[in-house]
Amino acid sequence: MASAAAGRADTFPKLLLRNARERGARVAFRHKDLGIWQSWTWAEVAEQVRAYAKGFEQLGLKRGEKVAIIGYNRPRLYWSMAAAQWLGAIPVPVYADSVADEMAYVLDHAGAVFACVQDQEQVDKVLSVIERLPALRHMLYDEPRGLRDYDHAKLHDIGNVIEAGRAALKDTTVSAAHDREMEQGASDDLAIILYTSGTTGRPKGVMLTHFNVITAAEIGCSFDGLNENDEIIAYLPIAWVGDHVFSYAQAIIAGFCVNCPEGPETVVDDRREIGTTYAFAPPRVFETMLTLTMVRMEDAGPLMRKVFNYFLGVAKQHGEKILNGESVPLSARLLYKLGDIIIYAPLRNRFGLTNIKVGYTAGEAIGPELFRFYRSIGVNLKQLYGQTEAGVYITMQPDGEIKADTVGKPAPQVEIKIADNGEVLYRSPSIFRGYYKDDEKTAETMTEDGYVRSGDAGFFDESGHLKIIDRAKDVGKLNSGELFPPKYIENKLKFYPNIKEVVAFGQGRDYATVALNIDLTAVGNWAERNNVVYASYQELAGHPQVYEMMAKHVDEVNRSLAAEPMMGGAQIKRFLILHKELDADDGELTRTQKVRRGFIAERYAPLVEALYNGSTQADISTEVTFEDGRKGVISATVKVADAKVYPVSSLATKEAA
Amino acid sequence: MNAHSMTVAGEPVTHKGEVLLSVDNVSLRFGGVKAISDVSFDIRKGEIRAIIGPNGAGKTSMLNCINGFYHPQEGRITYKGLRRAKVRPHQAAAAGIARTFQNVALFKGMSTLDNIMTGRTLKMRKGFFWQALRHGPAMDEEIEHRKVVEDIIDFLQIQHIRKLPVGKLPYGLQKRVELGRALAMEPELLLLDEPMAGMNLEEKEDMCRFILDVNNQFGTTIALIEHDMGVVMDLSDRVVVLEYGRKIADGTPAEVKADQRVIDAYLGVAH
Repeated sequence: MASAAAGRADTFPKLLLRNARERGARVAFRHKDLGIWQSWTWAEVAEQVRAYAKGFEQLGLKRGEKVAIIGYNRPRLYWSMAAAQWLGAIPVPVYADSVADEMAYVLDHAGAVFACVQDQEQVDKVLSVIERLPALRHMLYDEPRGLRDYDHAKLHDIGNVIEAGRAALKDTTVSAAHDREMEQGASDDLAIILYTSGTTGRPKGVMLTHFNVITAAEIGCSFDGLNENDEIIAYLPIAWVGDHVFSYAQAIIAGFCVNCPEGPETVVDDRREIGTTYAFAPPRVFETMLTLTMVRMEDAGPLMRKVFNYFLGVAKQHGEKILNGESVPLSARLLYKLGDIIIYAPLRNRFGLTNIKVGYTAGEAIGPELFRFYRSIGVNLKQLYGQTEAGVYITMQPDGEIKADTVGKPAPQVEIKIADNGEVLYRSPSIFRGYYKDDEKTAETMTEDGYVRSGDAGFFDESGHLKIIDRAKDVGKLNSGELFPPKYIENKLKFYPNIKEVVAFGQGRDYATVALNIDLTAVGNWAERNNVVYASYQELAGHPQVYEMMAKHVDEVNRSLAAEPMMGGAQIKRFLILHKELDADDGELTRTQKVRRGFIAERYAPLVEALYNGSTQADISTEVTFEDGRKGVISATVKVADAKVYPVSSLATKEAA
Repeated sequence: MNAHSMTVAGEPVTHKGEVLLSVDNVSLRFGGVKAISDVSFDIRKGEIRAIIGPNGAGKTSMLNCINGFYHPQEGRITYKGLRRAKVRPHQAAAAGIARTFQNVALFKGMSTLDNIMTGRTLKMRKGFFWQALRHGPAMDEEIEHRKVVEDIIDFLQIQHIRKLPVGKLPYGLQKRVELGRALAMEPELLLLDEPMAGMNLEEKEDMCRFILDVNNQFGTTIALIEHDMGVVMDLSDRVVVLEYGRKIADGTPAEVKADQRVIDAYLGVAH
């Protein structure tokens, strides 16, 4: 079961040099800067990384030490990882948008001795907690702006570090020794520590070796036939395992080009300019793209709208079948072809998906409507189920076997079994080596026979596809003994484009309720077209017409829950629309934008109480945290609305409206 | 090959350097209304100088005098050691004085890029004919200017709105574009008229950061009018306070804050 690369290039620096030899003139990285795509070939990248590693060494970096990497997707931050690995040091990427306190925890826990950061903002953030980081010796930055007057005793421009390294490497003995240092790296060495965002408690450091990451990346590359001609855009947090495997590991293994956008706001345009062939994104990204398009279509002329809607109908009917290679009547094929010319192809172009070979969505369940939409217009979108502890891949959907409500079959080399409590357990060569400095948690997560507890509840359907219901510990019971799967309910509601977040309550209660967040873009546009005046998010959220709209959605969800025998008891009896958007800065969402149910229930306790005591409104004031860590208070009166509950189709319960 | 680092204009910033501009005994009247009476102060090279005061104190009139939009009846304004006769705004601009306005004055139908590009007009050397042809030397020149403009776009972090018409942008961003246009002139003295008016907290903080960075990176001298006292105290090296057209205080933020006349002017005093 050994990796194909073992024995040869078995670490990332070695693979990088292999690329420089075998495809030295091909473009490895692009970064859009000053409005122009700047590019670097594999040969250039290898040279930069080599010099950078020497620069690190001159600053005193040693084997086994940790290097924190903080920032958005910049070539030099990826190179920082490779340069650290060159010396046998271990990169620890950190979420760039973490607040200083979270960052301090990770840096301190990892014992980072160096921090490579993007810009002044991150430098300031680290400096603000510097007294909590006794191990930190040097900080390096990519973007010098604003940092001129800072004390540079322990602060360095990455460019200068590379330059210094390059100068030192002019000496041939030094140069040879430097390469020997790299050769010492072995596939069993730790390659990276990825801190999971943690739906509960403090983040945990997942340790992955070169062997783990290379194996995981090879699984993905061979499954979808990735090669050096592929183009991807790197825009997801570098601390997320998805980005690490996708934009770093797979790029180095398959030799394809990684494109770094100008900034987080320009991703859509940049993606369009590049025309990526392979994409990996959480459902949110696809959702936002679609919402924006739909919102714009609302403003289009009536004829245009009519044509658009007609052909979307055609796509809905036949598009997926055509993509799956099923038989479709010739007339439908011709109609679809016409639709492709006037609607689908331009749409794909808009989304920057013209050249897409395969796109993955992961991280969260994707709405079936949304999923089918992309497939119906000819984008080969697939789902995968993965975890940091697995080095990403657990299950994937093979071509031609794609279903909206499952996450596919076990990925190559992965074994899965379902525990008695419904929890999904998996084992593969790429699973992690434990949590950094937390043997207790590691022991809790690993079974004795080498399986990892995923923490998710799921089951295999009749065709062997895995279906995930919820976090194992979250699937609860109502007082009536009925099953209460909060995420399942939340996702059903979240699939409406005008609902952004949902939190479901019901564990140990008499019935299920939800708190909603409206999507400001979608609802704001609706308000504009319907002459609904509002001054703030809060006002729009409390608008009676918005409540009506949401009531309709809740009603539809109740109908669909009632139609599913096991879920009928979990119909939503009451709901409310929250007066503020849930925000990671306030601790209500994790950094990967998942809701933290328990925390929210505590924070909005008066509202939750109102959902259950029958009152029609409740007062609430909440503390909010601004990006710089200062705090303010928002107060509001939130209305609570009732929803209709349907008789369950099966004979299981008598809960009637 | 990585063009990250911005070119820094001039030598290191020497705070509180020699006097760049001095205003001596300036008075400005509109008919019988005295907008400014007998005000003197100076602006030194490389500093951030704030002009504050209650509404109608004559702050904007003062800026208008400095950039030649108004001509004071009495007193003199000396810029870079030269006493100015009647200067027109475009002459002031050519001499290195750029400004932004209290109410945004951009070309609403043009893109962010084009708006900032207009800031380069004074630096264009080729004539109208070549520009219209957009070939040969004019093209080279345009590329050169575009590079400067792109540096500014990067600096102000407005890449995502590069191609959008500014009329569609939120107010905070329009203000940023306006700052960008002023910067495109590579000014020595930058006059900002309430750069943070009408902004929310986050936008204000961004703008503060940009103003400090402009001062720090390019060594640009900045004179700004601002009402947010917190901002003024944090940003500026020295503050001059006007009330009813007269100067009532001048000094460091701490000095000004402690000045009894300033406190009276802001809090009101029984007459």
